[in-house]
Amino acid sequence: MTDRISKEDVAHVADLARLTLTDEELEAFTGQLADVLDHAADLAALDLADVEPMTHPLPIHNVLRPDVVGETSDRAEVLACAPSVEDEQFRVPPVLGESP
Amino acid sequence: MSTPEGTTARVLASDIRSGARSARTVLEEHLEAIDAREGEINAFNLVLADEARAAADAVDARVAAGEDPGPLAGVPVALKDNMCTRGVPTTCSSRILEGWRPPYDATVVERLVAAGAVVVGKTNLDEFAMGSSTENSAFGVTRNPLDPTKVPGGSSGGSAAAVAAGFTPLALGSDTGGSIRQPAALCGVVGVKPTYGAVSRYGLVAFASSLDQIGPFSRTVADSALMLEVIGGHDRRDSTSIPEPAPDLSSVLDHGVEGLRIGVIEELSGDGLEGIADDVRARLHEAAAALEAAGATVATTSVPSTVYGLSAYYVVAPAEASSNLARYDGVRFGLRVDAPNAGDMNTATRTAGFGDEVKRRIMLGTYALSAGYYDAYYGKSQKVRTLILEDFARAYGEFDLLLSPTAPTTAFPIGEKTADPMTMYLNDVCTIPSNLAGHPSMSVPFGVGEDGMPVGVQVLAPASGEPTMFRAAKVLEAAAPDGHPAVGGTMVGSSAGVRHE
Repeated sequence: MTDRISKEDVAHVADLARLTLTDEELEAFTGQLADVLDHAADLAALDLADVEPMTHPLPIHNVLRPDVVGETSDRAEVLACAPSVEDEQFRVPPVLGESP
Repeated sequence: MSTPEGTTARVLASDIRSGARSARTVLEEHLEAIDAREGEINAFNLVLADEARAAADAVDARVAAGEDPGPLAGVPVALKDNMCTRGVPTTCSSRILEGWRPPYDATVVERLVAAGAVVVGKTNLDEFAMGSSTENSAFGVTRNPLDPTKVPGGSSGGSAAAVAAGFTPLALGSDTGGSIRQPAALCGVVGVKPTYGAVSRYGLVAFASSLDQIGPFSRTVADSALMLEVIGGHDRRDSTSIPEPAPDLSSVLDHGVEGLRIGVIEELSGDGLEGIADDVRARLHEAAAALEAAGATVATTSVPSTVYGLSAYYVVAPAEASSNLARYDGVRFGLRVDAPNAGDMNTATRTAGFGDEVKRRIMLGTYALSAGYYDAYYGKSQKVRTLILEDFARAYGEFDLLLSPTAPTTAFPIGEKTADPMTMYLNDVCTIPSNLAGHPSMSVPFGVGEDGMPVGVQVLAPASGEPTMFRAAKVLEAAAPDGHPAVGGTMVGSSAGVRHE
């Protein structure tokens, strides 16, 4: 956590997160993210080698229950939420290549 | 200023169950209050007047047939618009969920309706519950009913404002880092974040899953207890749900604090913490004195690692958000912005659908989880949570409850903090530790600041410590100084009171 986050880092992260940023946004977000990460730098000073990370606030493990047949969502109702549907399936543009 | 006692959920439900008042009449009174001021306040994304009338009539029909509609019979409630309502738009105040009508109800919605409550509408929030002022909304800013030039707090600002304005006696919010308690404090109402797992998150649109918890807003402590009894308890559809029934709070509410040991958290209220306003600190000390006068032992105590809470939170919450919000891809629900291939469609949809604060947190979280940074940020933050949990455990070895301010200041002017995210984040410094530890805490109005706006005091308890927490809250409510605009020994801010401004 030493170097301040750069514009290139932010552009890369935006790409990973499937977001497009304008140049102005890139500039503004870089400064703002750096401020937050600077604040988090106080964690760097902590020696936490022997501390277990918390994974759940309560000691609940292996939550099991009997497999009981219950109600499921209505297919038509779920598909009605989608922007585009065909033959009872979600319709998307081509994943490889482009639509004509 | 105050309205009759008859506006509390308890009295309304009792009157409606006995047939003394009709649910329809009670609903119409609340719809009138909404008509009178909603244009100015903007608490709601959606008011469901027709549906609510049908639900109220159904409650009245059951009473007429000699049936008992339940403990919330005919009580109007508002839902934060990140809780799923079947067939009714659920937006999270985001463009990306435009047009979405969930195919199921959240568990809390089912339980409220089963208890006889009448859902009046969906309330505004900071987009996806990310914010502390309800200014980051695709549906515009919500205003504080006690001073419309000020924010109501956030992210559950619409629910807090709805209760403070007398639009509904009860509302639900969600709290990931303070999003129930901080707006409750700023609007002068009661707000509760229950123990993690005490209330089902099934049907709550996820922000940061290890921190999110649903809880009540109300004008009185007793009403929040009633609502929590209805919504709490195990739900098999939420695997993080505590496998116990909801605790009985109503029967212990008046047990007082005699003999309880209460610690004031030095790190969150002492001179060491920048930004806690003098008037807020003064009310906190008066609240501590009131608890002492009521028979509790009060002392200052240290919970040292809470000072790292904010840093850890602003790694953990964005990291979980970046993962949770990956599902908004334009495929299965909500907005789609078309493009020639699927990847570009995903990107175009997310770029158009999310607002700036959501984008900021997604990128922050993506960065914190990315190769080379995971251990330094997310891994370390999860370890800090263990430290905080251990520090709390030590403190609760000596004390039954802890005390701190809820928010560092009273409500701030609209627009004051939007340009600087880090300044906005500091609002949550006192509320975040409870979320990181999974512990319950609640905000109780306690007097006003120099500007005449309400101050909230936060009561913190160990996991499943709600019964004791509510006892202290009840004592604070009774001891709160007069002159409070919304809550006090008498009661209660109201449509009548606020209209008068």
